[in-house]
Amino acid sequence: MSGLKTFSIGGVHPHECKFTAKKAIVTIPLPERVYIPISQSLGAPSVPIVNKGERVKTGQLIAKGEAFISANIHSSVTGIVEKIDDWIDSSGYKKKAIIIKTENDEWEEGIIISNEIKKDITLSKEEIISKIKEKGIVGLGGATFPTHVKISIPQGKKAEYLIINGVECEPFLTSDHQLMLEKAEQILVGIQILMKALDVDKAIIGIEENKPDAIEKLTNLSKNYKGIEVQGLKLKYPQGAEKQLIKALVNREVPSGKLPIEVGCVVQNVGTAYAVYEAIQFNKPLIERVVTLSGFGVEGGNFLVRIGTPIQALIDYCGNKHLEIEKIINGGPMMGKSLVSTEVPVTKGTSGILLFTKEYSHRTKIYNCIRCGKCVSACPMGLEPIVLEKAVEISNWDLAEKYHVLDCIECGSCHYICPAGRPLLDMIRLGKNKVNQIIRTRGN
Amino acid sequence: MNEIIYAFIALGSVALLFATLIFFVDKKFKVVEDPRIDEIQEILPGANCGGCGYPGCRGFAEAIVKTNDFDKLFCPVGGNEIAKKAASIMGVEVKEKLPQIAVVRCNGSITNAPKKSIYEGATSCAFANYLYAGESGCPNGCLGLGDCVVSCTFDAILINPNSGLPEVIEEKCTSCGACIKACPRNIIELRNKGPKNKRIYVNCINKEKGAIARKNCNVACIGCGKCVKICPHEAITLNDNLAYINYEKCKLCRKCVTECPTSAIVEINFPPRKTEIKNTNEIEA
Repeated sequence: MSGLKTFSIGGVHPHECKFTAKKAIVTIPLPERVYIPISQSLGAPSVPIVNKGERVKTGQLIAKGEAFISANIHSSVTGIVEKIDDWIDSSGYKKKAIIIKTENDEWEEGIIISNEIKKDITLSKEEIISKIKEKGIVGLGGATFPTHVKISIPQGKKAEYLIINGVECEPFLTSDHQLMLEKAEQILVGIQILMKALDVDKAIIGIEENKPDAIEKLTNLSKNYKGIEVQGLKLKYPQGAEKQLIKALVNREVPSGKLPIEVGCVVQNVGTAYAVYEAIQFNKPLIERVVTLSGFGVEGGNFLVRIGTPIQALIDYCGNKHLEIEKIINGGPMMGKSLVSTEVPVTKGTSGILLFTKEYSHRTKIYNCIRCGKCVSACPMGLEPIVLEKAVEISNWDLAEKYHVLDCIECGSCHYICPAGRPLLDMIRLGKNKVNQIIRTRGN
Repeated sequence: MNEIIYAFIALGSVALLFATLIFFVDKKFKVVEDPRIDEIQEILPGANCGGCGYPGCRGFAEAIVKTNDFDKLFCPVGGNEIAKKAASIMGVEVKEKLPQIAVVRCNGSITNAPKKSIYEGATSCAFANYLYAGESGCPNGCLGLGDCVVSCTFDAILINPNSGLPEVIEEKCTSCGACIKACPRNIIELRNKGPKNKRIYVNCINKEKGAIARKNCNVACIGCGKCVKICPHEAITLNDNLAYINYEKCKLCRKCVTECPTSAIVEINFPPRKTEIKNTNEIEA
């Protein structure tokens, strides 16, 4: 392992708070009902192909992703489809979901449940991509971009590096860390599969220095696999962001408004690599994922949760009844979103659930901007959050576009560092949304 | 002494040269503008609110002179009076338009739609709408963060601190439509002001199924369709679990107001009902 690397511009150092690190992954019991939203990944919502009253098996396809950027969705339990109705999801609105009443856990034929490590890759490149599509694999880092789209390289482009994201720079979250410790071998095979699909001979796993055990384990194991290298990274948020990770690992900068393939890189999360391994070697669709439950004073841990499990079931399982929870965050504290209800189900993009008591759940008072420029130096994309905030406040969308509001990765570093507690990220998100709308109408 | 004379002659001749140059340039490149544009601009309110759909009053005046189409062009602030004046300048007749007013179609006040969560983000309805369904949980209801208040150039809309909902001040509202564009949830609508300012409208835009809508708000329209049946003028239509009263057809008979089980239909500026007075008399007797 060579020296530690990191990205150059901006970044912040929030408290790590990794209380649940090294807690073994526990499988939680099946919930009474699962609520599977039909829109779980980036892109178009999937189209349900089951009807009310139908009996479905675990792993059965229940909604088909028909658009180009869209993913298949599979049933996560065996049971009867109770209804297809609106159900609240992490977006804060009611969206269509397939509600299944659990009976038992009978897996669809063809899916192998095994803890054996199967190393031979028998499928060809095309077969791998089509199977990943069939099994509904999406990026498990949080953005939920369908993996089959990401690994289908557009014509005229060539991938040089496969970058595996094991950074987990968000405070509190430990699900990827634990996965790397427990399923290291499987992740490495998954990386080999992805390398074959992408036709690259070099893969780099980036892991931050606060996970020395994971670095050591993967470095030792990766010696048996050709072309996989493990690189330690200095502690800095947001190192897990795609563009920052590429900068840190291979020192290339993704041009504004372009995708990482432009500089010959494809970035995948370790969780995705594990899901790919299971899909290719054991035909297992993406119906469960590792979720961290954490928070100050919270009995937490890393849990293997079926997609569609209501968050309430997860909280109940851990037994945190003595706490007066005021705020629940879906995801990490920096980029995650507060939830309004515990009926919200765990989806493919849920990496963590954080519970906070009153003491930690409120924002600080907002003061006037003192032009200290901390947000400018913290921005990892080299933007000027203060200008963007002002532009959005006065609805000057042209100015916001001119100052590259669309390049914001919404990491929240500016909001975190602001001594006046200004809602910089809120305004920038709104600006991104509006500017995107304007650009879309312009295209027509 | 001579120096002064030389200077005088030199500067004077330069001035004369440029004066003639400017004179010919002015004659040659003169911009001919219809004098009526200035005349019409003079009579317009000059608020540059953009309610007519043009960038300011000058743009509107130019559009009038260019198209002379008084059916489509209307200054909501000036109203019929200005339309008449402008028409007389243009030498045409105009039909009178009924005065309109902005109407906030949500009654999800703090008591009617209790808060289920606390919002601490940026004070912007547009952002809150982007983020989630709102504090009451109603995905169509008013967020109460005042984007409409900021947009109003006439101070005609204010948030009532008791209810948390915006209220339109009738005397000040010019029906320019700025608040309608500002509201991310399309709650505000322009409706006819009505005779003696009397209005009846459905005070809700929630399109969820009845039971779900009622969970978040006591006064939501549940789409029961009772008002549609009782309306003698066929003014009410029901679409996606939501009733809508067409103000062109409504004769203000108030039958729907009493029929509505959730009091989602409201009447504004009506005198108290006679029947109600009778009822109370009976009770007293």
